Formats: sequence, structure tokens, C-alpha cells
Amino acid sequence: MKASTLSDAALPIAIRDLTKRYGPVYALNAVDLDVHSGEFLTLLGPSGSGKTTLLMAIAGFNRPDSGSIKFGAEEVILKPPHKRDVGMVFQSYALFPQMSVADNIGFPLKLRGVGAPERAARVEEALETVQLGGFGARGIDQLSGGQRQRVALARAFVFGPRILLMDEPLSALDKKLRERMQIELKHLHRKLGVTTVYVTHDQREALTMSDRIAVINDGQLVQLDAPEVIYNAPANAFVADFIGESTMLPLTRGASGLMYRDQKIAETRDGESWSLVVRPERLFFAAQDAQSDDNTIVLRGTLRETVFQGESEMALVALDNGIELAFRFGTGATTNSTGGGLGEQVAVGLNRKDVIIIPGETT
Amino acid sequence: MSWFSRPATDTQITHGRRLWLYALAAVIMILLVIPTLIVVPMSFSDSQYLEFPPSNWSLRWYEEYLGSRKWMRATMTSVQVGVLTMLVATPLGTMAAYALFVSRHRLTRAIFLLLITPMIVPVILIAIGTFYAYGRMGMNNTIAGLVLAHAALALPLVIIVVTAGLRSYDLNQEQVARSLGATRSKAFFLITLPQIRFSVITAALLSFLTSFDEVIVAIFVSGGANATLTKHMFAALRDYIDPTIAAISTIMVILSSVLLLLTQFLGAKGTRD
Repeated sequence: MKASTLSDAALPIAIRDLTKRYGPVYALNAVDLDVHSGEFLTLLGPSGSGKTTLLMAIAGFNRPDSGSIKFGAEEVILKPPHKRDVGMVFQSYALFPQMSVADNIGFPLKLRGVGAPERAARVEEALETVQLGGFGARGIDQLSGGQRQRVALARAFVFGPRILLMDEPLSALDKKLRERMQIELKHLHRKLGVTTVYVTHDQREALTMSDRIAVINDGQLVQLDAPEVIYNAPANAFVADFIGESTMLPLTRGASGLMYRDQKIAETRDGESWSLVVRPERLFFAAQDAQSDDNTIVLRGTLRETVFQGESEMALVALDNGIELAFRFGTGATTNSTGGGLGEQVAVGLNRKDVIIIPGETT
Repeated sequence: MSWFSRPATDTQITHGRRLWLYALAAVIMILLVIPTLIVVPMSFSDSQYLEFPPSNWSLRWYEEYLGSRKWMRATMTSVQVGVLTMLVATPLGTMAAYALFVSRHRLTRAIFLLLITPMIVPVILIAIGTFYAYGRMGMNNTIAGLVLAHAALALPLVIIVVTAGLRSYDLNQEQVARSLGATRSKAFFLITLPQIRFSVITAALLSFLTSFDEVIVAIFVSGGANATLTKHMFAALRDYIDPTIAAISTIMVILSSVLLLLTQFLGAKGTRD
């Protein structure tokens, strides 16, 4: 199995107007989504958002009420799962406990009539790819969580599927292993070049791994963009709130532009209402007497709490209208000092380049 | 430290404080088992009548049983009906359990209740109903009729045992198998069935026993050349009592115990896997 042959097999997915209802509830509501050939796309959303329903529809386990799913030029909406040639990895790994590692990985090859010698070679190659060379003869119960994850992965790509689907594959692992596997999965994706749709509710995982992220909420596609864009230019309050930590400040339309209280934040835009999204790591402590200028917005409030979190420290600053501003700064010797003790007045600065404006009221 | 003051479990309750519980459990077990076991010595009696304790010992009633064409034919019928019941009830019940487990249809609960009614309805009612229905269909005194009636009785057991097996199985495995290229039936036979096999074998043994031990339905719908062992035993008890019954009972108790122990063993193995 050469990486190049797999890349050739990668297929784009075109989803149109996909709708699935469970009684009165729309699990998917007229979803349109294009996954590019060879892309790593993450479906990100809270539980119950419809992201898994969408993945299962792509896999063929879930028949939508209406709409279309195309792999390349081919309509697959009526195709059963076993004819879709889609590799799949589940959160529970779903390894077959009665089979050895090699038999697990060889299973899709056996179903495709690959003879024993070639099967053994391809299984070993897949094992090498996931850094488990020589593990073929082991039983599933002899593997650690991370190793099981790799076997599940090898089994999903060994037959050269056109599309790889993963449903929260790392959520059962502990944090450290999870973060290492994220990098490994990304490497593997680059190597295989196969179109990958990945489901997670972990925004950090989505930001780390994806070429693009599709944010899903209430059965609808809310935003589809590269991780940087999702983070730096969220489409609405849901995305801004779900991805990254943030505080939202309501803006009013003033004579000279969009205002937060008496400060001009941005030029006037169309629409009813607007909010300023403040990312905690973009803030910094300003001098007590600092004033807003062309480069910086200065906000004042009372330092309520500081929480040591290892690599960074989180401060909560209560603005005088009661909104609490979350604010993160490094704990090294050269980084910010709080500029005041608990209960004291502090000034907090935000570079105007870091201003994020979203439509809609804050909640 | 004596056994009495040693803790019985992880708690600090000692064996001494548990004595009443052990005694109660012993009484219950004795009451349950004694009536069954009392036939064993009676079967080795030399007497013409059921006698306990026997005054003289002999194996004559075992000879009587094994040498009787009537008893042997009835035994063959019972074994035949038991095996056929197993062959009918196990696949049907397994399929039903699987369907009810996988399906999210709103009628699944109702269908489940319907399928286990034979376990809830008094067997005498089933026997009478079956007798009249078979009367019209000409199925009384046939092997097929008895097998179908017994299969209906065994079905609830199969469904319950196999459902329990499915509960400890990760259905994602079957989805994975299908995504890897297996048809639904292939995924079931290659992946699911091997993992619930102990439940299925247990269910099969239980359905054999259900039929083999069954007397009420057999009295109504079996007869003539196709009368079962239990029906003959019942008739024998009514008409003339001799220790042949005790000998047959002893053999049946041993057979049933072995099969039940087997299901217990398999059940333990199934949950351990």
C-alpha cells in the first residue's frame, strides 16, 4: 500500500440539503457541506448538535429523510454501509475481541478476497504505519488504550478506503496520550492523504487537527472555515462562545460607530446589534493611568480573582457594569504582573487589531 | 480468632452474626431439594411400592425402565421433541432478541411483552387453547404440534437470555464490520454471534429442558405413539404406582442437573469474556 495510491483514491464529499428528523426534533436541518478531496475536516459541536448523526449518514448507518450525499460524482444516499468503502473509527474502538490484532486489521481485506500472503504483508505494513510493527499475534486484551486506538485506525485504512470517518476516537484516552495521538493522527492523515471527517466536541482537538472545522449546532451548519478563521472571526455568538474562552461585551450604535459604553470600538456596520468578543489571552494589564487611543482599548474594573493554572494564570476582572472579564497571562518572570491586589482597581488593555465583532446580542 | 468472629465479607459483619442467615438459607435449600432427592433412594428399592426408606435394595426398576419398549419409545419421543424444540426456539428467539435489541421502533416494548407472554400466562391455559386450536387443525398427537407448542414456551427464555448477552456486547463492532465491507448478515455471523455464543448455547440448553420437563401441554396435545415421557409418567402415577417412576425421575433429575450446571458454567464464562 503506497501513500500515493491512497491519495489518488481520496474523494470529495458533497452533502446537499440533508435533513433527518426524530419526531419533532431536527437532528439535521437542511445541511449543505462540501468536504474537499484529501481534506481533514472536523465536525465540531456540543452533544446533541447533530454532528454524529451527520457522520453516521455519511457512513450509511443513518438514512436521512431527504437530501443527497455524493462521494465524488456518485450518489451514495441509498447505498448500504458495506458498499461505501469508508473506513471508520469509533470512540469505543470496537475491536473484535475474539480475533488477534492481525485478524482484526486483516478483516476488511479478507472480506475483499485478498489472499493470505498479501493480507499478511499489508497488515504488517499497516501495523508499521501506526508504529505497532510485530504486534500482529497479540490479543486485543493485551493492548493498552493507545495501542487499541492505533489498531482500530490501522483496520480502518488498511483496505485503502476513499474516505475515513472518525467518531470521537481519542476521547477515551487520558489527556497526555490524547494530545500525542492528535499529532500522530495529523501525520498519518498527511501520509495517507485520504479525505477525513472527524467528529469531536473538544474544540481544542478540532483547532489542533483540522484543515477546516464545521461548527454544528441544533442540526445546522453554523460556520465552516479554517481553524484560525473560526477562532479569530467567529460567525456568531454561539461559535465565539463554543470555541476558545471568551467574554462578550454588548455594543451600541453611537454617532461615530459601534460603542462599548463611551468608547468607540469599530466603525458602524449593518444589523441590529453587535457584541465585542474578548479572548482572555489577548488582554494585558495596562498602566493605571492608561487611556484608550488609536492602538489600544483600555477597560477598567476590579480584580476579583486570580487562579494559578500552571503555564498561565487566569484573572477575573469585574467591569463596573458587572460583566466579568476573563483574562489569561503567562506565569513566567518576563510576563505581566497583575498591577494590583485583589479588590483593587486595574486597567486592562486590548489591542485594536485583536478586536472581534460578532452580530447579535450577548446572552 | 475463631471462624465465628472472622468477618464474612469486606464489611465488619462476622460469620457469627451471620449464623441465622446461613441457617435460613440451609432450611430453604433443604426444602427445595429434599422432595427431588427423596426419589433417588426410592428408585433403588426392591419393593413393589414406593417406599422410603427402602427395606431392600435393587436395580430392578432401572431394568424395568430400560427394558420396557413403552418407556423407551416415550423417552425417544421426549428427546426428539426436546431437540426439535431447541432447533426451532433458539434461532427464532435469537433473531427476535437481536431485532428487539437493535431496533428503536416504538413498538419494540409491546412486541417484547407479546413474545414473553407464554412465560406469564398459566401453562394450563396455553395447553387448553393449543388443544382446541390443534383439534381444528388436526395437529393433536403430532410431533410437529408438540414441538411448536413447546417452542412457544421456550421462546421467552431464549429471548431473555440472548438479550442479556447482547447487553454486554458493543454493537459498534457490528457497525465497524459493516463499514469494513461486511453485509449485515455477515457482520452478525462473523462478529456478533461469536461473542454472544455462550448466551445462545445457554438458551438452546434451556429450551431443550423446557420441552423435556414439560408435562401439562404434553398431556393435552401429545398422545398415542407420540406421547412424551412426562405424559407416560403422569399416567403411570395416576393408574398404578410403582418405583419405575422413581427410577425415571432419578435419571431425569441427573440429566436436568447436568444441563443446568452446564448453562451456569457457560453463563459465567459468557460474562467473564
